[in-house]
Amino acid sequence: MSARPFDRRWIFLMMAIAVAVPILVIGLTGRTFPETPTPAARAAFDAIEKLPAGTPILLTFDFDPASAGELQPMATSFVRHCAAKRLKMVFISLWPLGGAMADSAIRRVIESDFPNLVYGTDYVSMGFQAGNEAVMKLLLTDFARAFPSDSRGTPTGQLPVLKGISRAADFPMVIAVSAGYPGAKEWIQYVISSNLGTMEIVTGSTGVQAPQLYPYFPRQMTGILGAIKGAAEYEALVNAKLDGDSVPPAKYLEAQRRMGPQLFAHLLMVGLIIAGNVIYFRQRGAARRGATAAGGTA
Amino acid sequence: MRRQVPLLIATLAGFAMVLSYFVPMIQDWGELVSNSFNVIAAIAFILGGGSLLKVNLSKISSRQPGWGYAGITVACFLLTLGVGLAKVGVHPNPQFADIPFSGEKDAAGSAFGWIYEYALVPLTSTLFALLAFYVASAAFRAFRAKNTEAVLLLATAFIMLLGRTFAGVVLTGWLPDWLGGLRLENLSVYVMQVFNTAGNRAIIIGIALGVAATSLRILLGIDRSWMGRSE
Repeated sequence: MSARPFDRRWIFLMMAIAVAVPILVIGLTGRTFPETPTPAARAAFDAIEKLPAGTPILLTFDFDPASAGELQPMATSFVRHCAAKRLKMVFISLWPLGGAMADSAIRRVIESDFPNLVYGTDYVSMGFQAGNEAVMKLLLTDFARAFPSDSRGTPTGQLPVLKGISRAADFPMVIAVSAGYPGAKEWIQYVISSNLGTMEIVTGSTGVQAPQLYPYFPRQMTGILGAIKGAAEYEALVNAKLDGDSVPPAKYLEAQRRMGPQLFAHLLMVGLIIAGNVIYFRQRGAARRGATAAGGTA
Repeated sequence: MRRQVPLLIATLAGFAMVLSYFVPMIQDWGELVSNSFNVIAAIAFILGGGSLLKVNLSKISSRQPGWGYAGITVACFLLTLGVGLAKVGVHPNPQFADIPFSGEKDAAGSAFGWIYEYALVPLTSTLFALLAFYVASAAFRAFRAKNTEAVLLLATAFIMLLGRTFAGVVLTGWLPDWLGGLRLENLSVYVMQVFNTAGNRAIIIGIALGVAATSLRILLGIDRSWMGRSE
């Protein structure tokens, strides 16, 4: 059997089954795999946990629907954790579609499960602002100039939640959920590095971006949730704290539920790599034996 | 003149940003530049839209291969832009009920919100999800243990693929505590925090030095390639 003529549609079919079957099984049974938090996810949880109620935090959602499958569950958990702790949440985005992702998290978590929290007083969505790092630089000196109004058009100066906030350093913590540029890396380089000791950042990132962020952990970056695995670990910690032994609503189990398809997809990948190598070495061995036989005949 | 003015603006803006970081008295200069950049960045969206129209209309008019896709792109662009600007289906914001068009463009029930929710989100999610199929196919065809470096890469890939799932716990969870460091989930953390961090830090420092050198060349007018011509 040769690797080249193998129809790759069989691989596509196997991947579809590896992903679809766990989704169906987990959807029917509701059971998920247990998660043991890594130090980075634990650090992210502890950093938010130690903040007293009423602390203003900046949540920057720098991603779009393309990476929502990986990042929306951690965004949901971050918002749930912050809302439960009664932190003052200020949502911003440096990606054009990030504002919609923030609004989605607000609807899913705050408006449905924390109706006592008041928009403008306990949380606010400032929407998207163009300018990438320039917005970060401006936030360092003048928040209102970077975001003159919220996404509903209310001037920044009239928002009670922003009382006492004039610049980025007035937020003890930034939570950055990001899928690329501009994202967590730029937040660390432009905002956190110049405020080390007074500001902290906790990040949630895609699997592709996470390796670039690990060099900043733990000094410049307090905690990191890397991909859906990190999201599942953090989600498990938040659920254990807020729900105890009871089963949380499905929307708070999204990350843990996605670990099932991930497990079987990864196993399939490992199997395919091994199979590809077995075929490769058999072909190479056969070719060498053929060459030796040809040489002997000659 | 067409070269000197942009060069002068870039040099002044660049130095204002650098100096404002170190000299508190001229912090306002840095703010002014940042603010100006934000305005330019917003205007760049108009430029981007214009460029998209120019490229795709050119394809349609010259009937280049795939011109039908260009037509769909232009139609979708104009439709989304139109319903967004006209705020089709948007109700006024309760805070400013007297002011027409005061509602959010992507409010629930609006045409723009509908396009976002039922066209953009599924399309982009689907495209991203397709990666899983192509990565699996590529792994089968190209991931070969041909030499020592490839073997190391394969071993790392296996540690990460298995250690980042429950498979790691099943396969190596039985190891006693004194061998806990060899459990796949711990090995994957070790790879990320030690090998990855060491390699990435070296790259980051190299990039930072390169950026500093290039920035200085631009600020001093030595490197003018950013103006879009060979100088």
